[in-house]
Amino acid sequence: MAPPLTPLPAGERAPEISLARFGGEPFTRDDLEGRTTVLVFYPFAFSPVCTEQLSIYNELLDEFAERGATLYGVSCDSIWALEAFRAHLGVDIEQLSDFEPKGAVCRAFGVLHPGGFPQRALVVTGPDARVRWSYAAPSPSDLPGANLIFDHLG
Amino acid sequence: MTDLRSAPVPPVGPEDHVRGPRGAPLLVVYGDYECPFCAALEARLRPVSARVAFRHFPVRAGHPRAHAASAAAEAAARQDAFWAMHDALFADPGRLEDPHLWARAERLGLDVGRFDADRRSDAVAARIREHFRGGVRAGVATTPTLFAGGERYTNLDAVPGVYLAWDAD
Repeated sequence: MAPPLTPLPAGERAPEISLARFGGEPFTRDDLEGRTTVLVFYPFAFSPVCTEQLSIYNELLDEFAERGATLYGVSCDSIWALEAFRAHLGVDIEQLSDFEPKGAVCRAFGVLHPGGFPQRALVVTGPDARVRWSYAAPSPSDLPGANLIFDHLG
Repeated sequence: MTDLRSAPVPPVGPEDHVRGPRGAPLLVVYGDYECPFCAALEARLRPVSARVAFRHFPVRAGHPRAHAASAAAEAAARQDAFWAMHDALFADPGRLEDPHLWARAERLGLDVGRFDADRRSDAVAARIREHFRGGVRAGVATTPTLFAGGERYTNLDAVPGVYLAWDAD
């Protein structure tokens, strides 16, 4: 079994990143500035466990918004696959693709699984684009509850 | 603002729906009537002597009728028919549209007009939301999730055997 990954710890400034977003300019570190962001890294579009995770977070979007937090799903599939996945699930959480160079952003955040996909991980950044809290699940099948995010949103 | 930070699973109280042998250790199940894994869990729990409290955890994305089904169970509870409706919902999860819910209510001998008003009521919606939020705070991240002695499980096989084979003697 691969050793557990260590995501970028609290206090670190988010790295320079570029993630494809559907129908728009790439998502970069500038998009993290000035607001609270939750990056939800997950292994694969259309895998059953991810379905539950994003669906449950989707139920709580009002509560995240009340706390000024915006959620994004991040995975290594192409943006077309991620958008199809989002539409298929019926969730409103915008998806960001780390497709090319594959896994570069996941690696920069310390959450790239040796298998070439994101470990299931959560990164909360503050308006200063610094990591407020980060968490990598012990295994891809381990689902982090939304409570863990709310613990770090104040 | 509702607090959604981590907390222990809410204690079972008089408002909860509980069945199973008195005195047996209690399992708290968070489930969704449209979730096939919840139906499978239900099928495994029925023949064993387990004491179970059921709480709603409907996830609308992917399960568009889960919330309506939970509301139907809560509305039936207001006519003392929670478990009868619960079983009827899990028995036929492919039929959860409004006419199917009315037919179940009728079959169970409920006052269908009252059932229909109750299932659309704010009080029922608030109760389901309360279950959902309590589950979120306790770390529910998939359905079904079980709590036994305060511990969280997503796999029935990992639950200590005493919860599944209570011997009153």
